[in-house]
Amino acid sequence: MEDPKNNKMNDAPSVNFFTNIYDIYRFILRFFREVFVPPFEFKEIVKQCYDVGYRSLALVTLTGFIIGIVFTKQSRPPLAEFGATSWLPGLISIAIIRALAPLITALISAGKVGSNIGAELGSMKETEQIDAMEVSATNPFKYLVVSRIIATTTMVPILSLYMGLIGLIGAYLNIHQNESTSFMGFFQHGFINISFLDVFSSLIKSIVFGFTIGVTGCFQGYYASKGTEGVGKAANAAVVISMFLVFIEEMLIVQIVNAMRPA
Amino acid sequence: MKKEALYIDRTNPIIMVSKLEKSFGSLQVLTGISFHLYRGENIVVLGRSGSGKSVLIKLMIGLLQPNKGSIRILGKEVQELGVKELQELRLKIGFLFQGSALYDSMTVRENLAFPLVRNKRNLTRTQIDQAIVEVLENVGLLQTINQMPAQLSGGQRKRIAIARTLILQPEIILYDEPTAGLDPVTCMEINDLINEVQKKYKASSVIITHDLTCAKTTGDRVALIVDGKFGYEGSFADVFKTENREANLFYDYNFINEK
Repeated sequence: MEDPKNNKMNDAPSVNFFTNIYDIYRFILRFFREVFVPPFEFKEIVKQCYDVGYRSLALVTLTGFIIGIVFTKQSRPPLAEFGATSWLPGLISIAIIRALAPLITALISAGKVGSNIGAELGSMKETEQIDAMEVSATNPFKYLVVSRIIATTTMVPILSLYMGLIGLIGAYLNIHQNESTSFMGFFQHGFINISFLDVFSSLIKSIVFGFTIGVTGCFQGYYASKGTEGVGKAANAAVVISMFLVFIEEMLIVQIVNAMRPA
Repeated sequence: MKKEALYIDRTNPIIMVSKLEKSFGSLQVLTGISFHLYRGENIVVLGRSGSGKSVLIKLMIGLLQPNKGSIRILGKEVQELGVKELQELRLKIGFLFQGSALYDSMTVRENLAFPLVRNKRNLTRTQIDQAIVEVLENVGLLQTINQMPAQLSGGQRKRIAIARTLILQPEIILYDEPTAGLDPVTCMEINDLINEVQKKYKASSVIITHDLTCAKTTGDRVALIVDGKFGYEGSFADVFKTENREANLFYDYNFINEK
């Protein structure tokens, strides 16, 4: 399917579900074949990292901060019933680092970055810009797809760690309103409950999510068809499918990590 | 503007297409096209919408793979080339897309620099800038150098796209509907530009169109695709002789019976 000499006029992903899975498998395989082979598109990778990472900072900051505050606010009453509000920093830290930060960052990225990639590549496909790249002896897969997947795979984990930090700051501010917990005390208490496995699994999860968002957006955009309608569909499918896959992956990784956790 | 007669070396075909067939599923588009293109020659390929004109040049540049037949360009069998060899061959072929296909996210300067930066890595920044200015002057649009494609008119976009094909100084240029969607005056400007390019760059061209004025103005030879192959081929006057029924359907619409 990715073969430029393919036999199909229209490169749309196959309608058949299993053929579609096979197409995605080949797309991912091609990514791994090309990612380690020069020439490396450093300039484009940096540009994409800037677009994916820096341009999502404001949204991630605001969301992380609000989640920290709201989650703390909602968790306080049940804990207060048992006189266990001192557990709040630990509980919040575990929830944010293990689950909320990677998941929410992935969902934000799927919506913002995934749709952007799907629409951009879809529009380039429809206006023959991808073919134009190919005939000017540039490998469009490497220039457009590989750079974007690298950018999402590296930036989503960084954004996730950042969101975790901002979420914890939000949580601290909320706790600080009600109790006289110091900043250092909050973080010490919080981090005691977090193991290396928590941070590591969170990072791995974010890498998997970032890769998924990149692959899905690029695949949908790169093989968009049916004119402008196809561009809209590519953007939409990039978001819906990435979000669906992120939830499935979250579930699977949690199972694996829990199995690895010492009893 | 009448086409100026240029010297064409008829002993030296640089494109040899032989019995080319292409189908998409059950739809047979090309059923056996054969032709030669000589150094310095412009051939215009005419045909109805969906007759396979664009498919023909996409096969030639390796964007599509034929079912049968062979395409030999500059002595190389296109279907047998590996990725690297195909890329090397593509550097010698310019391709003008119907919709111009300028990169939306880049300025005109960046659009023109793109193929140079990636394929002529030994060029300095100054040399790249000089090459950009030169091609922009050739297409008469130097003032647009820092504009985005979205800020340009249809005719300007076409000219910039031609400039982009010229920047690597190709030996062959494939034009896909160069005058589609343009007003008659801009069409004439584009036709003149195609002739200037042929003269100045000594390039051979395959021009896909259904605009007969374009065909008459730019073509040294004209071919009309009928039922997936060249139904008529020769000079403009030969192809549009009164007895050639399919050809005259084209002619009547374009020139309103003023033969």
